[in-house]
Amino acid sequence: MAEAPYAGPVVEFRNVSKTFGNYKACIDISFQIERGEFFSLLGPSGCGKTTTLRLIAGFEEPDRNGGEVRIDGQLVNTQRPYERQLGMVFQNYALFPHLTVERNIAFGLEMRGTPKAEVPGRVEKAMSMVRLDPGLFARRKPAQLSGGQRQRVALARALVLEPRILLLDEPLGALDLKLRKEMQLELKQLNKDLGMTFVFVTHDQEEALTMSDRIAVMSNSRIAQLGTPAQIYECPRTPFVARFIGESNFFEGKCVERQGDGWLVEGEGARFEVPNHPGLSEGGAVRIAVRPEWLDVFRPDAVPPGENALPGVVRTVIYLGETLHVLVRVGQREVAVAVRNEGQLTRPLTFKAGDAVVVAWMRDDCQVLEEDG
Amino acid sequence: MTVRQRFLRFFHERPHLKAWALLAPGMGWLLLFFVVPLLMMFGYSFMPRNPLGGVDAGFTLENYARFFDPLYLKIVLKTVGYALSCTALCLLLGFPVAYAIARAGRLRNFLIFLVMLPFWTSFLVRMYAMMFMMRDSGLINSTLISLGVIETGFEMLSTPFAVLTGLVFGFVPFMVLPIYSSLEKLDLSLLEAASVLGARPAKSFVRVTLPLAMPGVVAGSLLVFIPALGSFLTSDVLGGAKEVLVGNLVQNQFGSARDWPFGSAASFVMMTLVLGAVTVYLRVRDAGEAMEK
Amino acid sequence: MNTQRLPYWLTLGVAVVFLFMHAPLLVLVLFSVNDSKFSMEWKGFTTKWYERLAERQDIVDGLMSSLTVGLASTVIATVLGTLMALAIARHEFRGRRAIEALLYVPIVTPEIVVGISLLILFMAAHFPLGLGSITVAHVAFNISFVAVVVHSRLQGMDRNLEEAAMILGADEITAFFRVTVPQLWPGIISGAMLAFTMSFDDYVITSFVAGTDAATLPMVVYTMVKKNIEPSINAISTVVLLATTILIFVADRAGREESLTAKKAPAE
Repeated sequence: MAEAPYAGPVVEFRNVSKTFGNYKACIDISFQIERGEFFSLLGPSGCGKTTTLRLIAGFEEPDRNGGEVRIDGQLVNTQRPYERQLGMVFQNYALFPHLTVERNIAFGLEMRGTPKAEVPGRVEKAMSMVRLDPGLFARRKPAQLSGGQRQRVALARALVLEPRILLLDEPLGALDLKLRKEMQLELKQLNKDLGMTFVFVTHDQEEALTMSDRIAVMSNSRIAQLGTPAQIYECPRTPFVARFIGESNFFEGKCVERQGDGWLVEGEGARFEVPNHPGLSEGGAVRIAVRPEWLDVFRPDAVPPGENALPGVVRTVIYLGETLHVLVRVGQREVAVAVRNEGQLTRPLTFKAGDAVVVAWMRDDCQVLEEDG
Repeated sequence: MTVRQRFLRFFHERPHLKAWALLAPGMGWLLLFFVVPLLMMFGYSFMPRNPLGGVDAGFTLENYARFFDPLYLKIVLKTVGYALSCTALCLLLGFPVAYAIARAGRLRNFLIFLVMLPFWTSFLVRMYAMMFMMRDSGLINSTLISLGVIETGFEMLSTPFAVLTGLVFGFVPFMVLPIYSSLEKLDLSLLEAASVLGARPAKSFVRVTLPLAMPGVVAGSLLVFIPALGSFLTSDVLGGAKEVLVGNLVQNQFGSARDWPFGSAASFVMMTLVLGAVTVYLRVRDAGEAMEK
Repeated sequence: MNTQRLPYWLTLGVAVVFLFMHAPLLVLVLFSVNDSKFSMEWKGFTTKWYERLAERQDIVDGLMSSLTVGLASTVIATVLGTLMALAIARHEFRGRRAIEALLYVPIVTPEIVVGISLLILFMAAHFPLGLGSITVAHVAFNISFVAVVVHSRLQGMDRNLEEAAMILGADEITAFFRVTVPQLWPGIISGAMLAFTMSFDDYVITSFVAGTDAATLPMVVYTMVKKNIEPSINAISTVVLLATTILIFVADRAGREESLTAKKAPAE
């Protein structure tokens, strides 16, 4: 059995499509997942992320002429889930109610024909890995466990088989915030410690940004953008991605003429500059996304030179603890500006509702958007 | 690939076939032992009778024509009358019971179990129980005599009263269970909310409880009406030879009278009445669903 | 405004109806141990009516026949009904509506019609009448019933469980027997108990397809009722009542088992 391990990506999708009756759940999906990576599929409900995960698991098969799914280089389009040797944690954990925790975890080992003598040891090891005390929990039934404990059992059940890939379908959704944050860190740590590839489905963009090495943002059955958290956050390619990940303000205009290595744009009741981008042409329309933290608010007479500036009126200031969001009405838009909170009791913000102000940003602190695919 | 793997893959690639393979044995049984016999019976109803039992070849409408004879017409009408009265009475008696159980809180499960017992107990035994009570020398008469209310026992059996009482006794649980099933979801907090908003108990009953119970009422009515139409044991045990319903007529034709075609026709008349009731039920149910939208 | 208590007249009325529903049967039980042949007075406790039952060959034979038919028809109906429920709950297929309609035919057909139509079939096909024909008939009316009960249990079942089993290495057959069946089991037991009860209690259909030689317990009871003999009828009725109570109790308990959808978990 000393085959040289496959050197390429552990999962590869080439132009995969999946249709249910009239509904196209996945359209032309292509990506590669590297070995050991923490890879997330992120998007709103109905975007196709769960279907994609199920295609990796084998619960769905691509359409005929619907592309290729490869695991470790091997074409698995028609391979059944029980032949793929993967691990999976389901959204509602799917623990077998009629079996105890240890029988649940041992299930996969039994399926594989693991010698009976080995089983208890491996079960114990898996339970320790997910920090469940075997002495306390082994004999309990799922109904006697809390949500967080059930989730750990589900994890242990998958990990005990040492699969090459672990699939996770929104596993943290049912947990409360504090527990969720704890589990996020634990999962990330497991991924690094085990060197196991994790494929993680979620609709929570913060979660994806925190845990992933790379994220595939999906919308309307396609991949909108694939990249590292930084790339996704700082350089969203389309309005959808810009809106879905973090907050964005959008500004539109018409390109007037080249200015230096960028463009002069007329729009939002003023003129501002944008960096160059393929697809921009004289007279053409342009849309940019500017994150609230890239904007700043100034008095109309105190705008730093060299920055884009749009005049407006402060509508309200929202206290968020770490930051303050100043909502400014610019023309027809409501623009959110994130300002660091320096202590409202000692060094309060000087702006208040009704003040005439200017929102400003540096030319390159924006993302020129392509239209949604 | 092993045989097992080949087998699984075969059905995995053909999901429709898998469904049909699972359905086939049960469906086959139902078709052969339910549908085919009904069709045969339908056929027999159009054939002339063979005096030695069974049927002769041929086609005749005479078996159905006989139903225009006032004698048989009366039997059909009487049967429908009994079925309707029984259903109405069961509703009158059964609804409050279902309602009370739904409001009973922790006693619910126990009370519903008590209702289930007569539901599942042999209908024959229950009709006998009624007979035991109503006999000339039965419990009711004896008690009334010993209490001095009457001097000699009066005949309760073989009267429409006995048959109707027997039917109601037999079918009340059939009404209670579906209505309770609908009301089970009755959340006491709904009623509390209604009362907080100023609704008097009567109003919240009409506005909240009644609509919720409606599907159960309709289902229960059907579950009573249909077997009541087809009832045979009740009139047989409690009605003697005097109360003849369509069910008794049919039984007679297949028993001593040996007129299978006529018996088949009578069965079909009964089935038509049943189908009529089912159609009404479906219409009412669909109308109800349409109204909710 | 107290919404908890019901008006007294309602509680009273319901109590009366409850009495109406149950008293006659309780009377039977009472009189089955009354040492009196014809009188309605209480003459002392006795078990002689039960002893008489045991002496009667027709009762004993009837009981054996009923048990045999009941067991056989329940097993067959449960298997067939469960398969049908699986097909309907888990698959999309054309003709689905027709199958569902087919399942409802037994429910809307009056017993007497079922009985005579089967008699017609058996006679025309020269199928011998006896315990076999009775069993066939009982299976026919029980399939729908088991199918409906198991189907509703399947609906409440978590689909992911089978998938979880599959990703852990179980193929469809293994997943079915190791995961689906244990989940369905309470529903199957419940359906089977109820099917057995219906078979054990059936008189009308059985009487038509039994022929001249075979007799189940209800048929023996019917003869006794019609001939109006001694209080042993009360005794056998009580036996039937007791048997039904036990069966329904077990079926009810089994059906009540923990719901399969995720219950509210204990706190962390």
